[in-house]
Amino acid sequence: MTFISRPARARAIPLTGPAAKSLIETLSFAAAALFLVMLALFAAPQARAQGDSSVIVGLSSDKFPDTERALNELPASGLATAPDIVEALAANRLYFNGPARKLYFADEAGKMFDAATGEPSDVMASALKKVRINNAVRRSLDAARGALTLMSPDPAKRKAAADSVFKSRDATALPLLDAALAKETLASTRKVLEEARAAIVAGDSGANEVQRLEAIDILKSRGDQDAVSVLTTIASWSEGRVKAAAESASSVIQAKLALWRNVQNVWYGLSLGSVLLLAAIGLAITFGVMGIINMAHGEMVMLGAYTTFAVQEWARTSHPGLLNYSLFIAIPLAFLVTAAVGILIERVVIRFLYGRPLETLLATFGISLILQQAVRTIFGANNREVSAPSFMAGSFDFGSLQIGYGRMWIIVFAIAVFFALQFVLRATSFGLRMRAVTQNRRMASSMGIDTNRIDALAFGLGSGIAGMAGVALSQIDNVSPNLGQSYIIDSFMVVVFGGVGNLWGTLLGALTLGVANKFLEPIAGAVLGKILLLVFIILFIQKRPRGLFALKGRAVEA
Amino acid sequence: METRKPLLLSLIDTRGGIFLGLVAAATILVPVLALMVPANSAFALPPYLVALFGKYVCYALLAIALDLVWGYCGILSLGHGAFFALGGYAMGMYLMRQIGSRGVYANPELPDFMVFLNMKELPVTWWGFQSFPYAMLMVLLIPGLLAFVFGFLAFRSRVTGVYLSIITQAMTYALLLAFFRNDMGFGGNNGLTDFKDILGFNVQAKETRVALFMASTIALGAGYLIARAVTQSKFGKVVIAIRDAESRTRFLGYRVETYKLSVFVLSAMMAGVAGALYVPQVGIINPGEFAPANSIEAVIWVAVGGRGTLVGAALGAIIVNWGKTFFTGALPEYWLFALGALFVIVTLFLPKGVIGALDQFKARRQAAKQSGAAATAAE
Repeated sequence: MTFISRPARARAIPLTGPAAKSLIETLSFAAAALFLVMLALFAAPQARAQGDSSVIVGLSSDKFPDTERALNELPASGLATAPDIVEALAANRLYFNGPARKLYFADEAGKMFDAATGEPSDVMASALKKVRINNAVRRSLDAARGALTLMSPDPAKRKAAADSVFKSRDATALPLLDAALAKETLASTRKVLEEARAAIVAGDSGANEVQRLEAIDILKSRGDQDAVSVLTTIASWSEGRVKAAAESASSVIQAKLALWRNVQNVWYGLSLGSVLLLAAIGLAITFGVMGIINMAHGEMVMLGAYTTFAVQEWARTSHPGLLNYSLFIAIPLAFLVTAAVGILIERVVIRFLYGRPLETLLATFGISLILQQAVRTIFGANNREVSAPSFMAGSFDFGSLQIGYGRMWIIVFAIAVFFALQFVLRATSFGLRMRAVTQNRRMASSMGIDTNRIDALAFGLGSGIAGMAGVALSQIDNVSPNLGQSYIIDSFMVVVFGGVGNLWGTLLGALTLGVANKFLEPIAGAVLGKILLLVFIILFIQKRPRGLFALKGRAVEA
Repeated sequence: METRKPLLLSLIDTRGGIFLGLVAAATILVPVLALMVPANSAFALPPYLVALFGKYVCYALLAIALDLVWGYCGILSLGHGAFFALGGYAMGMYLMRQIGSRGVYANPELPDFMVFLNMKELPVTWWGFQSFPYAMLMVLLIPGLLAFVFGFLAFRSRVTGVYLSIITQAMTYALLLAFFRNDMGFGGNNGLTDFKDILGFNVQAKETRVALFMASTIALGAGYLIARAVTQSKFGKVVIAIRDAESRTRFLGYRVETYKLSVFVLSAMMAGVAGALYVPQVGIINPGEFAPANSIEAVIWVAVGGRGTLVGAALGAIIVNWGKTFFTGALPEYWLFALGALFVIVTLFLPKGVIGALDQFKARRQAAKQSGAAATAAE
């Protein structure tokens, strides 16, 4: 009953071969062939109608077992409307007329179609009853969907269907899989189809041992969590060599997965660490040079993010061609804007507070409140969206690891900023002066360095880097007036942990905290992991009160 | 030889006398206006104002506690809000246990949120909180213990200055995150609320509010006198020496860590009491009280009033919070501008706060008078 329409016709002709040869006359062969072709042509619609009607009767009988059976037959019935029926049923848009044995489906707009023919129909949905579904039906529905899409012209759909078969391991899908494999030409889709087939064969106690072992090998090469779950269920009821093979394959996969999990944690940790590095490095500079903690540092990050937003809006409205490259304008602009704001703050407020680090902390906190409220007044309290340029969207696979371009470029950016800053500090005259002031302010002053000017420029530099951090953060976080607040305490932790003796401390501190955070998260949960880190830092400070890389010498007692 | 004044009187100078007089006046006047003046009179004090004033008084006590460590010992704690909130939570837990079976789920043993979270029995941390004396003991002990452990670690390894401020901030931030967690068993982000009664009296009743207000003013007066006694004693002189020259004091043979730790613990306990009085008056305690910004705001109260003056701290708390009430009611957009500007202006132009500015003004007038007198004498 199931393979009737087209397969039956295909088989009909070769079957007639011997019979035709027994009749020597080619004419009669031709006549017989013509007759058989005609027979097939007539028989096929009839057979199809029979299969169709069985499906349609099953679906319109309003009994769950019948619905289920009809769904199992549906993929092979060859019904042209099969995908529509399945989708309509899944969306609760499939209707039936019980006495007339008629089935209708509605499209998304609510237009009704006859399910047997696919022709538009003018029945009213209100005159019909809906085909009901329960969990058992839903399972059959999913299987039918999977089977229907195995042959879909869209490779992505075929792949997804093969995946769903892999998960359901429905043995009845085996012939469909074989058929699909025979037609499949795309290597990647073939692989998934073979894996799905292997999942069924390996779990089939009726298949011979060699085949099952081969199937287990295929599953082993797939090497993900789904393969492990298939293998462990097989191992749980199999015996002998199959059991041993399944067990060893699953333990091999698990070891590999554990390794990849660690690699993934390190990657996420580096990503978080690079964000922390960007946010903290400017703080480390101002703290190192002037011995003050700039509580408005987080707001500099926020201003950088809003600059990015403003540049993007400007590009969108007046230079759409530049939209994709607006980040390249935003980076230097954010640096200049926040550096200017930083220098202004230093000249207007902080300059008068030297030697009173705690008061500076309060004053900068006040400034942070003002900046937050100012931005809220200008841009509104809602989150602003900064879209990712095309080169930062998407991701690529590295082993079992999915690497997003956005995160990757942020890491690259953080490293670039770090080394650029090292260059400024090590190789320029400004950097030399700045380091001199950091080490011993009075002696530097005696040597003719204008410490006031260095202070202002260092504050500007630190703020400018915060602004660039804001450009990067606008890609991964909400741009809101509170953006800075969420990073400021973490940045303090990085500075306190890394020390201000040199920038490598900040780098090491940021990356350590980032990676440690991501390794703690799966064990302790995100919040508890963060609490543990804070407690760790509080304890760490006991051991090294001035961080990992402390300034040495007399400057410490300043 | 000078005759010694009785201990209590020797603590009260002119400024302190005025302060205590005002506190005493409030203690008497508020109940009279709230309870005895008929409600339709212009002088009648509505209950919400009593609670509001009570809140100010609690903040003033917190400010005095903070002034004790910052103004006299040089420890800028950006985590005093944590001690305040812990005291508040201890009181809140007592009040939750008093609800009994009157909660939504009518569970005689468990507070509503525990029933909601499917907890079967009372966590160990909640044991004993049905007893008022035990809860009051915890109001002192929990903040005190946290301050002791934290201070012991921090002062022993000589974490000072900005580093200390940052890790106190980390402490309150860690507690904020911890109390947000439901499985901590302290009500998660909703905190503790829906209180019914305290010592058998309805928390919402006018009389209870007045009594709570009076308790707060008495606590404020007592807190002031304790802080004053500490700072005027020999112990207090050493503490001030530590503020001004820590290394020198250490070289003179004082155990700097012990002094700092004692003051820090005492201050934390005072903050805990302030929090405990605050909670029944505002009717809720939630993890938001641990927010680092709250602690920094408390620091600015002290700075506005004048650090190292005690009276100034209390005054600053009341001025700033009155301003907050006014702004958030009339010009909500501008409150953060005003507060931010206050931080900047006070640190730049009023480093000694309102009290310091008054003193300076007085001293200048005195000097002018004296120079005037000297000039006339010279003629």
